[in-house]
Amino acid sequence: MSDRVSVAKTYKLYIGGAFPRSESGRSYPVTDSKGGFLANAAQGSRKDARDAVAAARKAFPGWSGATAYNRGQVLYRVAEVLEGRREQFISEVALSEGVQAKKAQSLVDTAIDRWVWYAGWTDKLAAVLGSSNPVAGPYFSFSTPEPTGVVAVLAPQQSSLLGLVSVIAPVIASGNTCVVITSQDRPLPAITLSEVLATSDVPGGVVNIITGRTAEIAPWLASHADVNALDLTGAPESLRADLERSAAGTVKRVLRNKVGEDFAVTPDMSRLRAYLETKTVWHPMGV
Amino acid sequence: MWEYAPAPESRDIANLKPNYRMFVDGKFVEGTGEPLKTINPGTEEVLAEVSTASTSDVDTAVKAARRAYDRVWSKMPGSERAKYIYRIARQIQERGRELAVLESLDNGKPIKESRDVDVPTAAAHFFYHAGWADKLGYAGYGPDPKPLGVAGQVIPWNFPLLMAAWKIAPALACGNTVVLKPAETTPLSALVLADIIQQCDLPPGVVNIIPGAGDVGATLVEHPDVNKVAFTGSTEVGKIIQRQLAGTSKKLTLELGGKAANIVFDDAPLDQAVEGIVNGIFFNQGHVCCAGSRLLVQESVADELLEKLHARVSTLRVGDPLDKNTDVGAINSREQLAKIKELTESGEAEGAQRWTSSCPLPDKGFYFAPTVFSNVSQAMRIAREEIFGPVLSVLTFRTPDEAVAKANNTPYGLSAGVWTEKGSRILWMAQRMRAGVVWSNTFNRFDPAAPFGGYQESGFGREGGRTGLEAYLDV
Repeated sequence: MSDRVSVAKTYKLYIGGAFPRSESGRSYPVTDSKGGFLANAAQGSRKDARDAVAAARKAFPGWSGATAYNRGQVLYRVAEVLEGRREQFISEVALSEGVQAKKAQSLVDTAIDRWVWYAGWTDKLAAVLGSSNPVAGPYFSFSTPEPTGVVAVLAPQQSSLLGLVSVIAPVIASGNTCVVITSQDRPLPAITLSEVLATSDVPGGVVNIITGRTAEIAPWLASHADVNALDLTGAPESLRADLERSAAGTVKRVLRNKVGEDFAVTPDMSRLRAYLETKTVWHPMGV
Repeated sequence: MWEYAPAPESRDIANLKPNYRMFVDGKFVEGTGEPLKTINPGTEEVLAEVSTASTSDVDTAVKAARRAYDRVWSKMPGSERAKYIYRIARQIQERGRELAVLESLDNGKPIKESRDVDVPTAAAHFFYHAGWADKLGYAGYGPDPKPLGVAGQVIPWNFPLLMAAWKIAPALACGNTVVLKPAETTPLSALVLADIIQQCDLPPGVVNIIPGAGDVGATLVEHPDVNKVAFTGSTEVGKIIQRQLAGTSKKLTLELGGKAANIVFDDAPLDQAVEGIVNGIFFNQGHVCCAGSRLLVQESVADELLEKLHARVSTLRVGDPLDKNTDVGAINSREQLAKIKELTESGEAEGAQRWTSSCPLPDKGFYFAPTVFSNVSQAMRIAREEIFGPVLSVLTFRTPDEAVAKANNTPYGLSAGVWTEKGSRILWMAQRMRAGVVWSNTFNRFDPAAPFGGYQESGFGREGGRTGLEAYLDV
């Protein structure tokens, strides 16, 4: 092998299907677990967060209106493309989280399988969560789950890929769109994941990914009137109650995760249910 | 128009007592808060004095509920819990006439509504949920879902007994115990329900009912030993409660305000639609969170529909809630009447065209003649704010897309109505409404088997159906 100089990647944000730098022009150094320099990541701002919400809102009608079969295929496609870049993710996760290659391999494999698990849910949710309601009168009444809207996700701080996938997939499986603030100190796998999303037929704006200081950006999302739900999983402990208070301003649905959620185990439906509304439709019966 | 002879229901049937006390730990006890006088909004006369809960009474009630949860209710097999809840359903049916008259006296709603809707639906909620108590493993939340503990519940004045049933029945079925605060202006039917609960031999402390004003509700939802909070009421108060609970582990469900669009297409059977529009906004004096308060009518039939609507609304009889012929009863309180007047005045000031029924109103009591505003634009307060009274705002649209955009142009999202003969259009519209309930070619239908609740600022969580159980289970 020659001593070829490698081409280093510029890590940027992922908003509306594009990869912009932060409008603030800021970046921050990202290090490995031993403190060695890995890259500069974009330090997202309030304005970036607002742009991301606008992109997510714009993408919502199309994504929530897509057939469940279509969404399932798109999520499965993410697993396919992720599988193809498995080695890259294993090395990034190992660097970011400071784990051995074998552990990183298991984390990446589980993350790929997680997409497959959620891909299979898209066209079963309505059957499992919906109902035909036996009302006491001459009416046909049925209930069906529908996506809540735009979800702001504070991704887990520790689990840079598996945790991230575990919080994004249930949001978009049911037709929501989202704005994700990545792990603050381990953002690189998230940006690489956005490259996977961009090439997996996930429409632009369905997932928007912002790197930077969680505590700086999260309050703007918690109070944003066009955000419908907030996932507090990666919120700093000192900020959680404040974020919840802000979220109450527009009656957002707030997911308070269980502390120390183990992303390695197969999830239940709770993350899916957290971002679903039930709509009940009535119609008279008669001739 | 036909002349009607008065057909009043006898108020003696209500068995009204001069004093009512709170119900804690299976006993009726004097609260140590400032007693309140509850009035008949139809006549402004005092009906009874009701003792209220102080902060320490709230604590006593929560402790009783905790004891009952730990020692009795959480250990009781679901099949046994079920039988208690069935008993309550049956007693509500047996004392239905008494409850209906009492409800109309205390709330002001027409007797035909309390008799035909409120009381039977309250009984139905207990009957329905009783059956779930020993079948929770089949509800889709795992093989053995657990209750949450003590539920603190705060309910509004528009359907006093029915809201108590919506709250208490699923809580008990799932194995929780309850402390419920009825609304300040309508505490009586909940306390008769307490009497029923006592007669049903429900173990002491499983249900506690503590009257009082908003401060009692605030104390209850903040109590550290409450595990679950359920609130039905205004969006404003709902937000305060959500803030109060921030940073706690309490599970919260909110059923808040609305500004529902009732959408009429040009192919709709207009006479039928008119009945639905009237039911949508004048049922219960418009004191309904899911009321169809924004009529969106396709431009080509707007004039014709409005003419029919005025003619129909002119026939509504406003007056004595106990009269069986009354269509629209009394506004629940002087404060609410003032709020309705203020908002209707804003409608006139902002340039909407006001039409008010010329029906006679009683001299005493709180009444508001059915009112329809036309030429309403989306920016006006009467198109944006919940009036919670017999006031309809009429807007027009040209295309289905415009109807969808206007209907969804609100921070609320509780209900919507769609009137058209075209089946595919109904389903297309129903899919696009950002609302928890869509009534097509009907309006204001409620059933314990059908989940009810809002999108967006109309709250979160559902009541009724299998979906409604989630609010009272640790899942």
